Amino acid sequence: MPIDGVRDGPVKVAIVDYGLGNLYSVQRACVHAGLGAEVTSDRREIEAADGIVLPGVGAFGDAMSTLRRLDLVEPLRDAAAAGRPMLGICLGVQLLMSRSEEFGAHEGLGILKGTVLRFQEPRAEGRALKIPSIGWNGIRRPAGAEGGDPWKDTPLEGQKDDEPMYFVHSYCVQPEDPGVVLSTTRYGQIEYCSGIRRGSLFAFQFHPERSGPEGLNIYRAWARLLTGDDKQ
Amino acid sequence: MNLRIIPRLDIKGPNVVKGIQFEGLRVLGKPERFARHYYETGADELIYMDAVASLYGRNSLLEIVRRTADEIFIPLTVGGGLRSVEDIRKVLRAGADKVSLNTAAIQRPEIIREASRAFGSSTILVAIEAIRRSDGTYEAFTDFGRQATGINALDWAKRAVDLGAGELSVTSIDRDGTGEGFDLALTRAVSSAVSVPVIAAGGAGKIDHVLEVIQEGKADAVCVASLLHYRYVRECTYSPGEFTAEGNIESLRKGARFSRIEDASLPELKGWLMSRNIACRSTACGTVR
Repeated sequence: MPIDGVRDGPVKVAIVDYGLGNLYSVQRACVHAGLGAEVTSDRREIEAADGIVLPGVGAFGDAMSTLRRLDLVEPLRDAAAAGRPMLGICLGVQLLMSRSEEFGAHEGLGILKGTVLRFQEPRAEGRALKIPSIGWNGIRRPAGAEGGDPWKDTPLEGQKDDEPMYFVHSYCVQPEDPGVVLSTTRYGQIEYCSGIRRGSLFAFQFHPERSGPEGLNIYRAWARLLTGDDKQ
Repeated sequence: MNLRIIPRLDIKGPNVVKGIQFEGLRVLGKPERFARHYYETGADELIYMDAVASLYGRNSLLEIVRRTADEIFIPLTVGGGLRSVEDIRKVLRAGADKVSLNTAAIQRPEIIREASRAFGSSTILVAIEAIRRSDGTYEAFTDFGRQATGINALDWAKRAVDLGAGELSVTSIDRDGTGEGFDLALTRAVSSAVSVPVIAAGGAGKIDHVLEVIQEGKADAVCVASLLHYRYVRECTYSPGEFTAEGNIESLRKGARFSRIEDASLPELKGWLMSRNIACRSTACGTVR
């Protein structure tokens, strides 16, 4: 099922550049998936794009103050409110929340109600696990999902439960509405939300662009949603 | 969480080289080709180290990074001779996901704070290269083991993390390239002392060594070079003219001088670890839909 409001012709996405993260790899993954991809911090380009990628690594507070300085907070909130296609990655998923506890409390974009919390003493086999959590970890469908495959018509369409994806993070999101949880991941005894969906907004704590061929399939599936080409 | 296996390519000019302790460098082949092979056979990340670590020739390294990032969709760490936040920025812009700092960080530890501020902690890996002293302590070295610092390696590891390093790698200079196995005591000491992940490096000569450094060394990830390179060099077909005059792989192919390395492929290594109950990402390359 295509996402509404996508114009015909070559589909262009705007990768929001606020100075952090490997934007190059995000751009390469988009291009591999057949998308036009512009790395930009220009609000007009972001407003004109068919889809918006909000990437990022680094500290939440710094990222928010940079987005404010670049005058990008309102355009991103407006785009989400208008239901325009968005893809958040890593810090990008955390920025969508209302607030974060990273180095003191910070206000987020508030596109989704919820908080960003540090991993609380993850343990496995009696040993404390390292923070940040770095490496390949499985994503799975949320428990108790009803009404067919929750990953159908999402970028995760076709992925298996426990497919490993590449994560680098010390904090994770806790959305208030459990209905937006698209995937979960386990780190030691902690099970957390690693993927989010609300309408045409998708966001992942892991890096699909660094997750090998299966990660690229996530970009391809997103590209199919953007272009309205749902034929395999 | 799956244990990460990270092939390391030491790069000089346009080539992958491998240093054997005190023996100098040997040319093995083109980095892009090694990178592609390891990507397709299940590498979890890759590390590129500039083996000459000088600004001279840096542009060719940036080109190699750019070409690699175009077709390899796993994390790529680049290190060797990065001196400033500006150097780091250039490497990241070329397509690296993380940088590895050693000499610059020891000379001016504040660079760790500045770089982790500018690019995020998870982008900054501090490489600790150490030599064991007769009293059982470890001293940090720079410049590929050529320069002593007088700094206790364990103290340095803790300080680097306090300053913002998101990850550490630990190399035993005594063991690197020898195939005698990792320095387990060093790896365990560092891994137990810090909260961030520790990558063990330097010394793997057979797949048992990798298991040892995970189980006894408490490594969170393992970096391997010779073990994988020698297998790949023996099995791949080189095209004519692929090497410059300095290239010489005949001795490697015959295996005559490397009896201490029992080489392996990534699928063999991971399969063996999984048979010993170490969770690894399956080596089967995913399918493109």
